[in-house]
Amino acid sequence: MKFGIVINEGPYQHQASDSAYLFCKAAIEKGHEIWRVFFYHDGVNNASRLTEPPQDDRNIVNRWSKLAEEYNIDLVVCVAAALRRGIRDENLAHGFRISGLGQMVEAGIQADRMIVFGD
Amino acid sequence: MSVVKKFMFVNRKAPYGTIYALEALELVLITAAFDQDVSLAFLDDGVYQLKKGQQTRGIETRNFSPAYRALEDHDIKKLYVEKEALEARGLTEEDLLVGVTVLGSREMGVLMDQQDVVLSF
Repeated sequence: MKFGIVINEGPYQHQASDSAYLFCKAAIEKGHEIWRVFFYHDGVNNASRLTEPPQDDRNIVNRWSKLAEEYNIDLVVCVAAALRRGIRDENLAHGFRISGLGQMVEAGIQADRMIVFGD
Repeated sequence: MSVVKKFMFVNRKAPYGTIYALEALELVLITAAFDQDVSLAFLDDGVYQLKKGQQTRGIETRNFSPAYRALEDHDIKKLYVEKEALEARGLTEEDLLVGVTVLGSREMGVLMDQQDVVLSF
């Protein structure tokens, strides 16, 4: 099955990004496809490469970058939401790209299932 | 793009205090621009998004409630409000700034079940 994923919350503050990541990994292991992950609202903060958690904690941002690289997953950050929150190309983590809301609509059209991880 | 899916946007949060309502509305307009079948549901505190007479000067944020009235211009006419959510807040249809269809939570559930994509904010 083709999944579209939406993440509406920032890292560390909220479990949404963790749950989405674990879901994506599990889905891929089961042979499903993650067609796109779209970051909206505070979810855009998952794409900041300035993120630096304590060493004994998980690195949520790097985890997404690695997953994207390994499985060729399209990680898209909403441009309007990103600019509001100071996320731009200069501080964008590896594997993410900034684009418009149309990319979320497209994911809804193309994917078999759209799943929202949020509050 | 020729595929038309049924998109439902579920609004559950008050219009101010968090940005969910405003950013959800931005997504609604884009989805309509893609010629999709768009409907909006208002549950919980989300019913306050449609409340008449919003005044935001005191909190120095933009009053975006007129945008709900403009939805019709984008051919977005399917607005559903949960009856229980209205009643729990002492509101009636007359308190809302646009025409809506009021549904009980059961009927709302049936409607959600008929959608292709449900996005909840």
